[in-house]
Amino acid sequence: MRGKVQKETTMKNKFLVGIEIKDLFLSFGPTEVLTGVNLTIEPGEFFAFLGPSGSGKSTLLRAIAGFGPRPSGSIHIDGKDIVDLPPWKRNVGMVFQSYALWPHMSVRDNVSFGLVEKKMPKSEIGPRVDSALDLVGLRDLADRMPNQLSGGQQQRIALARTVVTEPKVLLLDEPLSNLDASLRVQMRRELLALQRKLGLTTIFVTHDQEEANTTSDRMAVLDGGVIQQIGTPQMLYDNPSNHFVANFLGTANILNGEVKKSGEDLHFITNAGDAFSLQEGNPGKGSIVLRPQNISIVKKPGPDTIKGTIRHREFLGSQVRYLIDAAGTEIVVDQSHSAGIDWVETGTSVLLKVNTKSAIVIKD
Amino acid sequence: MKKTPSQPAKSKSLVDRLPSFLFPRLSGMALVAIMIAVLLTGLLIVPVLQVVYVAFLDPNSGALTLNNFRDFFGSSLFRESFWNSFYVSAMSVIFATMIALPLAYITTRFNFAGSVIIQSLGFIPLIMPPFVGAVAMQLIFGRNGTVNLLLRDNFGITLPFMDGLNGVILVQSIHYFPFILINLSTALRNIDRSMEEAAQNLGSSGMRLFRRIVFPLAAPGYIAGAVLVFIKVFDDLGTPLLLNVNNMLAPQAFLRITSIGISDPMGYVISFILVAFSIFSLWVSFLFMRGKDYSTVQKGGGGLAKRDLSTGEKWLAYGAVTLILIFVLSPHIGLLLLAFGTIWSFAPLPDGYTMQNFVTMWETSGTYIKNTVLYAGLAALADVIIGTAIAYIVLRTKLVGRKMLDYMSTASLAVPGVVLGIGYLRLFHGVNVPFSDQPMASWWVIIALALMIRRLPYAVRACMAALQQVSVSLEEAAENMGADKASSIRRIVIPLMTGGILAGFVTSFATAAVELSATIMLVSSNSDAPLSYGIYQFMQTPSGRGAGAALGIVAVVIVGLGTYASQLFIERDKKMKSTNQEH
Repeated sequence: MRGKVQKETTMKNKFLVGIEIKDLFLSFGPTEVLTGVNLTIEPGEFFAFLGPSGSGKSTLLRAIAGFGPRPSGSIHIDGKDIVDLPPWKRNVGMVFQSYALWPHMSVRDNVSFGLVEKKMPKSEIGPRVDSALDLVGLRDLADRMPNQLSGGQQQRIALARTVVTEPKVLLLDEPLSNLDASLRVQMRRELLALQRKLGLTTIFVTHDQEEANTTSDRMAVLDGGVIQQIGTPQMLYDNPSNHFVANFLGTANILNGEVKKSGEDLHFITNAGDAFSLQEGNPGKGSIVLRPQNISIVKKPGPDTIKGTIRHREFLGSQVRYLIDAAGTEIVVDQSHSAGIDWVETGTSVLLKVNTKSAIVIKD
Repeated sequence: MKKTPSQPAKSKSLVDRLPSFLFPRLSGMALVAIMIAVLLTGLLIVPVLQVVYVAFLDPNSGALTLNNFRDFFGSSLFRESFWNSFYVSAMSVIFATMIALPLAYITTRFNFAGSVIIQSLGFIPLIMPPFVGAVAMQLIFGRNGTVNLLLRDNFGITLPFMDGLNGVILVQSIHYFPFILINLSTALRNIDRSMEEAAQNLGSSGMRLFRRIVFPLAAPGYIAGAVLVFIKVFDDLGTPLLLNVNNMLAPQAFLRITSIGISDPMGYVISFILVAFSIFSLWVSFLFMRGKDYSTVQKGGGGLAKRDLSTGEKWLAYGAVTLILIFVLSPHIGLLLLAFGTIWSFAPLPDGYTMQNFVTMWETSGTYIKNTVLYAGLAALADVIIGTAIAYIVLRTKLVGRKMLDYMSTASLAVPGVVLGIGYLRLFHGVNVPFSDQPMASWWVIIALALMIRRLPYAVRACMAALQQVSVSLEEAAENMGADKASSIRRIVIPLMTGGILAGFVTSFATAAVELSATIMLVSSNSDAPLSYGIYQFMQTPSGRGAGAALGIVAVVIVGLGTYASQLFIERDKKMKSTNQEH
C-alpha cells in the first residue's frame, strides 16, 4: 500500500507539468479577444475554462496549442515559454470539438499518426497503439474507418490518438458537446477517470457549468476575453466575485443596495428599502447575491423577512420554483418538493425569509 | 402515408366498371414514370445498344462476329487513332492539372486579392465551345501564327504549339481545366481546419502534412474532375475536326459514317470503344470515390487556414495568374481579332479591322440562329419538364424502380455525341416521319431530340438540387390544408423550384446551342442546320473564317448570357429561400 503511493508520487514528480500564462493578449485584426489573461495551472490538475460562446475560452485553449494569431505575453509549459513555437513542436495534445478524425485513414492509422511523425520504429508503434486503444476500450475497432463509428466511439478514438503520443498536457475543446445527453454524463466520468489514471495536466473547455462543476479541480470563468474568477467549483458558486460569475454559475437573485454599519450591527438596505442583517461585509454601495434555495416562504413575520406576491410557479421535479415580486424586483425562490407538500397558488401574498448566513455581498 | 391522387369519383366511369386487368389502376405518378422510362429507352438505350450490337455484326451476313474488331485493330490508321485519342486525353488531363493546381492552391491557402480573377477564370473558358476557339488558336499559336512569327523574327525559333495533336491538347486543356479547378477547389475548401490542426498538434507540418492529410482528402475531388476531362476530350469530335486532325477515334467514326455510309462497321466499332471507355472511366472513378465523402467542414468552420502572402510570393502568384490568364483568354482574343479583322494571314495581327464579317454572318446565318433557338429551346424545355418529373419521382415517391429513371437519364453522360448521332441515324434509317414521306433520319426534330437527351443529365441534377431545397413539410402542409397531390405539386412544389428549374433550362439551352458532335452527324441540309454546324461550315474555308468567327461570337454571347442568367436565377432563389424559410 505504502509502496504504491510512493510510486505514484514519484511518477507525478517526474512527468507532471504545470502551465503558467502571463499577461496574455490576443486579437483577431482589430478585435481584442483575450485581454490580460493571467493563470497558473498546477501539475496534474483537471482545469476547466468555463464561459458563454464568444467569451474567448476556446481561443485561449487554441493559443496554448499554438493555433490562431500569435498572442503577446507568455505561456510557460514546464517552465519553458512556448509562444513562439509552431503547433507541431509544442507536444501539447488537443482533442478537437469535432474530433477531427481523418476520414481517409483507419482508426489504427489515425492513432498511429503522431507516432509515425515522431519517427518511432514500426515495431514500437503497434503495441503502443494497441494499448492506447485498450485504454479507451475500443481495440476491436482498430480496422474500422472513422465514418463507421458512433459519436461516442469517435470521441474515444480522438482521445486515444492524442494520449498515445504522451503529450505534456491534454487540451479538450468542448469534448462532450457533440454527444447526446445521456452519453455526455457517462463520457465525462470516463474522461475524469482517464485523466486521473494518466495523471495528465488537463484543460477542459466548456460552456456547461454542470460539466465544469462535476469534472474540474479548479476552473476559470471567462467573459468578454477576461478571466472573471478562478477557483474550485464550490468556491465560485458560494463566493462569486461579480454579477457575471454569480449569474453564470446557477441561478442568482441579485439585489442592489448598500451595506450600512450601525454600531456592531451590519445591515444591507436594498434600493427598495428592505433591510437584511449581515454577518460580514464592508459598508458602501454594493449588491447582495441570494441563491433561490436560501430563501423560503414562511407564515410568520420575523427578522430578515420581506413581503412579496407570487407571480408564476414552475414544477421542476425535485423542486418547485416560484417567481415572486418582492423587494422591487423579481425574486426566484426554490422550495424542495416531496409528495404531500402543498404548493402556494399564484397571486398569493407571501412572506419571504432570507437565510442571510449564505448571502454574499458583491462590491460594485 | 400512401396516397393516391385519384379521388373517389362520384359516379363510376366506364373505366371503373371494366375488369381491372384491362385497365390496371396506376397512379398518375406511375404513369408519368412509365412514359419517361419508355422515352428514355427509345431515345437513349435502344440507339446505343443498337450501335453496340451492330459493332458485333458481320455487315454482309448479319451474323454475330468479332471480325470487325479484328479489322479495326488490324488497320494501322485505327491503331494510331486509338493511341492518339488516348494520348491526347491523358496529356490534356496533365496540362489541365498544371493550369488548375496552382490556381486552386493559391485561392484556398492564401489571402490573395487575385482570387476573384481566378474564380472568373474558372468560368471564362466554359462559355466558349472549344471548337469555336480552335481556329483562332491556330492563328495565334499555329506554325505561322502570331506567337511563332514573333519568335521567328526575334529569336529565330518556332515552337510547335498547334502542330497536329499538340493543337488538340492545347485547345482542350485550356477549355476543360475549369472542371479540375472547380472540383479541386471545392474539395480543398471542404476540408475542415481541424483536420490540418489535428495533424499539426501531433507533430506534422509542411510537405509531410500536405502529403498525408491535405492531398488524400482532396484527391476524390481531383479525380472526379480529371476523369471528367479525360472522357470529354476522348469523346470530343468538334475540336479535332476543326483543327483538321483526323487520326483520332471520334473524327474517324464521323468520317467513316459520312463518307462510306451507314452500313460501314468501323464507325460502330469506334462507337463501342468510345462508350466502353466512358463507362470504364466513370466506373473507375466511382470505385475510387465510393465511401469517400471527405467533406469535413463543420458548422461555422471554413476550410483550410489561410495565410497572407509575403511580397515576393505575391509577385509570384500574380505572375502565375497573369500567365495563365493570357493563355486562357487567347482563344477569346483570337476570335475577336478574327471576327473584326479583314485579312489575317502570315501576320501577327489582322491587316485591318472591319464590321463586314458581322454583316456577312447576319445575311447568311439567319437560318442557323433561328434553328438553334428552336432546337435548343425545345430540347431545354423538354429537359426541365422531364427533369422535374424525374426529380419528384426519385426524391418524393416510393415507386418501385424509381432510381432507374435517375440512372437512365444520367447514363447519357457516358454516351458521346458521335455515338448518339450514329445511333439515331441507324435507328431511324429507312423510317419515314409519320403522315409524310420524308425520311425520319433527316427530320429536324431528331436533332432536337438528340440535344434533349444529351442535356438531360444536367437538367435532372439542377431540378433535383432545387427539389432538395424544398422541405417536405411545405408539401405536407398543403396536403393538410386539403390540396391533393397534383395540386400541391402544381401550387407549392413547382413554384418553389422555379429558380432551379430556370437555371436548369438556361444551362441546357446554352450548352445545347453550341453542341456539335451529335448535330454534325444528324444535319442533313444547311436549311436544317444550327449555329454550331454553321461555324463548322464557315471555318472550312479561309475566306469564311471571318464570318465564322462572328458567328462564334454570337455563340459565346448566347452561352455567356445563359450562364449569367442561370447564376442570377440561383442567387435570387437563394435569397428568397433565406428570407422565407428560416429553419
